Amino acid sequence: MENKNFVTIDANGLHYKVLNEQIRNTLDQKPNIKHIIINNVCGQRYIANGIKKILKITINGTAGNDLSAFMDGPEIVVNGNAQDAIGNTMNSGTIIIKGSAGDILGYGMRGGKIFIKNDVGYRVGIHMKAYKEMFPVIVIGGEAKDFLGEYMAGGLLIVLGLNKKTFPVGDFVGTGMHGGKIFIRTETIDPRILGKEVKSGKLSQEDFVLLNKYMQDYCKIFNLDLDKILKSNFIKLFPYSHRPYGRLYAY
Amino acid sequence: MKKFLDDRKIHIPSGCGVTGIMDTSGKSISGSDIVTSIINMTERGNGLGSGYAGYGIYPEMKDSYCFHIMYQKDTVIEVTENYLNKKFNLILKEPIPTKNVKTLSYVPILYRYFISPKAELIKLNYETESQTEFFEQDFVSSCVMFINKEIEYAFVFSSGKNMGIFKGVGNPDEIAEFFKIYEYKAYIWTAHNRFPTNSVAWWGGAHPFGLLNWSVVHNGEISSYGINRRYLENFGYYCSLFTDTEVMAYLVDLIIRKHNLSFDILAKIFSAPFWSQIDRMEENEKNFYTYLRIIYGPALVNGPFAIIVTNNNTMVGLSDRTKLRPLVAGKKGSILYIASEEAAIRCVSKELDTVWTPKAGEPVIGKLS
Repeated sequence: MENKNFVTIDANGLHYKVLNEQIRNTLDQKPNIKHIIINNVCGQRYIANGIKKILKITINGTAGNDLSAFMDGPEIVVNGNAQDAIGNTMNSGTIIIKGSAGDILGYGMRGGKIFIKNDVGYRVGIHMKAYKEMFPVIVIGGEAKDFLGEYMAGGLLIVLGLNKKTFPVGDFVGTGMHGGKIFIRTETIDPRILGKEVKSGKLSQEDFVLLNKYMQDYCKIFNLDLDKILKSNFIKLFPYSHRPYGRLYAY
Repeated sequence: MKKFLDDRKIHIPSGCGVTGIMDTSGKSISGSDIVTSIINMTERGNGLGSGYAGYGIYPEMKDSYCFHIMYQKDTVIEVTENYLNKKFNLILKEPIPTKNVKTLSYVPILYRYFISPKAELIKLNYETESQTEFFEQDFVSSCVMFINKEIEYAFVFSSGKNMGIFKGVGNPDEIAEFFKIYEYKAYIWTAHNRFPTNSVAWWGGAHPFGLLNWSVVHNGEISSYGINRRYLENFGYYCSLFTDTEVMAYLVDLIIRKHNLSFDILAKIFSAPFWSQIDRMEENEKNFYTYLRIIYGPALVNGPFAIIVTNNNTMVGLSDRTKLRPLVAGKKGSILYIASEEAAIRCVSKELDTVWTPKAGEPVIGKLS
C-alpha cells in the first residue's frame, strides 16, 4: 500500500459529538489525509456531515442516522448495516454500504452515488432531485420497501432484487413522483403497486447507457457478474408529468 | 407542584426511542442491558421522560398483584390506601427503592403494594367460579381506572403480577439510576426514551404505560386518539394520563385479553391495510380484512407509531402501516431484541444470529418457550 496517509479512530463508547469532532480535527490537522478508518461504530449519528473534501472514510460497525448528510465529495464505505436517513441532502461523493440500510435513504439527495449491497427500507429516494450535471444515483442490490421514490423529482434509482425471491419493490412506488427514473430488474410489474403519477415502460437506448454505466461501478464494488445482471429484463418507471399538482390549488 | 404544571406546557416535535429484550427461555437478564440499550439512543429523547418495564422482577411475590403508585401530594396517600384496603388484602407495602439523583428537578412519592383482591368482592360481582382469573383481572383493572380517574394526584403506574414499571421525567440514565434498574433481573425488559410531541411531559405520562400485566412503549403520535378513546369508554376504560399511548395499552387489553384474539390479529387491527390494498386481495382474504376493519374500525391506530407491547409471556414489536417510525429486530440464541435502531441492539449484543427490519404492520412476536 503506497497510501500510508490514513488515520484510525476508535469510536467505541464515543458520543457522536466527540466522534465527529475527532474527524473534523483530523481533517484540520492533516489536510492531506486520504483515508480515515473508524472502528467500532455503533449508531453514532451525523458521520461525515457536510465534509467538502476528497478522501475515503471507512466505517466498521453500524452507521447511525444521517450518515453523510450534506456531504460533498468523500467516499464512504460502511462495513456493516446503516440506519435511517443516510445521504440526506447529499451533494456529491459516494456511499458504499456492504450490508442493508434503513428508511428514507437518499432523502432530498442532490448529487453523488449510493450503492447498497442488500436491502433498503421505506421511502428510499424520497424527493431526490437533479439539476444539470448534478445527478444523484442510488443502486440497491436487494429489495426496497414501500414508497420507493416518493415525490421523486430527479436522478436515478436502480433496484436489482438480487438476493430475494420476493418482488424487488414494495407498494405505492413513486407516489407523487414528478421527475427522474426508476429502473427495476423484473420481467413484469403490477400497475396497481404504482403511484398514480407513475407509468412503466421499456428502457430506451439512452437508459441502457445509464444503466450500463452505473452497473459497471456497482458490479466492480461488490464483485458481481455484470453481463449476467444486464441480461435480465429491466422495467423503467417515470412520471406522467413533471408538475402533477400544477392545477390542484390554482383553479 | 409548580414544576409539574410547567412541564405540561412543553411541546417539541420529534421522535422517541423504544427498546425491548426478551429471553424466550425465561432466563433472567440484568437490568444493565436494557439501560445500555436505551442510553445508546439518548438522542431520540430530550430528557422529558424515560422508563423501564421488567417482567420476573418479583419472584418471591409472583402470585400477588403489584401496584406501583405515584403520589404527587402526600395528602392523597391515605385516601388511596383506604380505597385499596377496601378492595384488596395487603400483603406488603414499601417505598419503591430509589437513589438520590441531583439532576432530577422533581421527584414524586412512590410506593409499591403487593396485594390480592378480596375474594368476596369478586364473587359478589360475578356469580361464576369459572374464568376466575379473567374476572379477577377485570376487577383489578376497574380499581386501577378508579384510582387514576377519581383520586387526584394518585396514579397507578403498573398493576400486574411479577412485573413493574419504573418511569419519570428525566434522561434514561437518570431514571435508571434513580430506580436502580441495574439491581433488578427480568426475563423481559422494555425501555423508552421520550421526546414529547403533542402531549404533556410529566411523570405519569412517561412510558411504559401499563395495565394489569400489559405494558406498552411507543414512539410516535396517535392521530386517532380521540376515536380510540371514545371507543374504549364503551368498555369501561378511561384515559386519564394525558398521553396518547394510554389508548394502546387499553386496546391491547380489550382485544387480546377480553376478546381473546391473537397478536397477529391485533396487528391487522392496529395497522390495517388500506382499502386499495384490500381491493386487490383474494376473496377470502378480502372478506376477512373487510370484516375486521368494520368491526374494529375505531380500534385502528392511525398516525406514525412503533410500539413494543409486553405481558408475562410475550413481547411484540409493531409499526404503523406505512412505517413512519423505525423498528429493528435481532436474535441471539434464545434472546429476542426489538428496538428503534440497530445500534441499540448491537451495543448489547455485537454478534447477532440475525437482524432484520420487520415490514410495516407485520408484528415481531417473541413467546416464552
